[in-house]
Amino acid sequence: MSPATAPRDDPRTTRLLVVDVAARTIAAGAIGDLATLLAPGDLLVANDAATLPASLHGTTAAGEAVEARLAGPPWGTRAKALLFGAGDWRMRTEDRPPPPRLAVGDRLRFAGLVATVAAVDAHAPRLVTLAFDRDGALLWRALYAAGRPVQYSYLERPLALWDVQTPFAARPWAVEPPSAALPLTFDLLLALRERGVRVASVTHAAGLSSTGDPALDRLLPLPERYEVPAGTVQAVADAHRRGARVIAIGTTVVRALESAARAGGGVLAPGEGITALRLGPGSGRRVVDAVLTGMHEPDSSHFALLEAFAPRALLLELDARAQQLHCLAHEFGDAALVVSPRRLGRGGLDCFSLDSEVHHHRDAEREPVAARGQR
Amino acid sequence: MAGADYQRAMNTPSPLAGRGILITGGSRGLGAMLARELGRRGARLLLVARGEADLERTAADVRAAGGEAHACAADVGDRDAIHRIAGIAAAVLGEIDVVVHDAGALGPTPLRLLADTACEDLQRVLDVNLVGPFRLTKALLGPMLLRGRGVIAHLSSDAAVEAYPRWGAYGTAKAALDHLTRIWAAELDGTGVRFLGVDPGEMDTAMHAAAAPDADRSALARPADVAVAVADLLGDPSVRNGSRIVIASGVAQR
Repeated sequence: MSPATAPRDDPRTTRLLVVDVAARTIAAGAIGDLATLLAPGDLLVANDAATLPASLHGTTAAGEAVEARLAGPPWGTRAKALLFGAGDWRMRTEDRPPPPRLAVGDRLRFAGLVATVAAVDAHAPRLVTLAFDRDGALLWRALYAAGRPVQYSYLERPLALWDVQTPFAARPWAVEPPSAALPLTFDLLLALRERGVRVASVTHAAGLSSTGDPALDRLLPLPERYEVPAGTVQAVADAHRRGARVIAIGTTVVRALESAARAGGGVLAPGEGITALRLGPGSGRRVVDAVLTGMHEPDSSHFALLEAFAPRALLLELDARAQQLHCLAHEFGDAALVVSPRRLGRGGLDCFSLDSEVHHHRDAEREPVAARGQR
Repeated sequence: MAGADYQRAMNTPSPLAGRGILITGGSRGLGAMLARELGRRGARLLLVARGEADLERTAADVRAAGGEAHACAADVGDRDAIHRIAGIAAAVLGEIDVVVHDAGALGPTPLRLLADTACEDLQRVLDVNLVGPFRLTKALLGPMLLRGRGVIAHLSSDAAVEAYPRWGAYGTAKAALDHLTRIWAAELDGTGVRFLGVDPGEMDTAMHAAAAPDADRSALARPADVAVAVADLLGDPSVRNGSRIVIASGVAQR
């Protein structure tokens, strides 16, 4: 499938392929069909993370060029970052020269901002923790002044922040757009509301999708921060009780909700945490019945997550159908709705082999990356 | 100071306590007074204006009085600044409950006849007074709709209604802003997000002095009094979606 090479002028032109897993059918239509595909009482859950300008170009003390792509939002003064050598998004990440070898204590200088290397990953030296020289509003201001949206070489022009924000964008936790919501217009959302479809949100720090290092790529997605508010837990419980469906807008929402359910011992609980959960074939779902998603390659972690909803053979059929229809891939591409209401019942037998990879705090002491409303 | 109103505000918990509020044009004039008033009422503020020094001073004043205020130096007339403002606001405030679009530009002073107004000057006045508020609302609206709650206020002027000679650029922009208030309100009625236009009346501000240097200052309302009236409107759920409220001599005419 070819990637979409630019943001769409009109999101309503996004095509929608609907995969009915129970019936093993794939139907082609347009994104606006959601207004009739979803039923009154169904619950859509969006990721309300805004996208940070997470690509920072700078220099080392020795004057070598380096690009730091933040892997998540700053926490206090600190942020995880992936480093690249000279060049920019116009080069494929795998063709980029490696970053200069850095050690703890080394300094990186960005426009109006200085960072010190606070940690270097033992297995992947290009993955570091940066400690910036400021925090709070001053750090956010500096990041927004120095950064550009993370983007990849298949795009034809530099992105503006306008291009990467979804209609739900609130706290800037994402370093790549939670792009499944990009095709949604307010017109469509108001029509869904009129129909009785409910909308709730989680915040999930959607991370980097490509590192340029095959070994590191295999570990994607890296651990990501998420938060599930109490109102969303309530809305999910209402939907389940009424027998209505919970539809995740994007794989990050699946990851947040299913991580929070695992952290709650199988029951969705409000709170925030960091998840390393990797969903794939055979992963039980506790919360989500369907996922609205972009189109991605069969070898991606994104595709693997969809295997928690549909057998690989049916997803490969979806991929073939999408190619045949000249659908476009990646963040500005076309969409699929994978409906698979075969969720595990509460207390059902399941094997959560990755429970230990979810660290969830109900009202945990948090470092204030971004203050929350104090109500 | 409207003493009774102030006492009322001080003695009863304000409906704005704890709310996240973004104010553009928050460094000087009415915006600065409104920041002080809302800070006193316990709101959590992000102030936006072009002039960093004035902005930092106003934010520091709010904090010195026990309030919470953060500063974000930016030009609301600049398209590229919009998601920077929205992102920083959400990062430091969390939920944003109220947006006050107070930033305004007159264009070059002394004011000129429309026929003498440079096309670029009209464009700039429209960018700051009309297109900027539209863009910023667009960027902040989604989470408000998700929560089913929010107030977006546009500061207008009687120049939006009366055709004052030499106020062409400003008056045209404010008239369009009034209509923007009404159309936002009509399209989003019933969602819980309310839009409100406020004509604060003639005030003794630097902007007024630039536009009308010969005015009798004693006849002008004090921005601090007007700020109390505006703050009352922002916290009042009975204010009808899409309404335009005139404040005369510091008192809302309702």
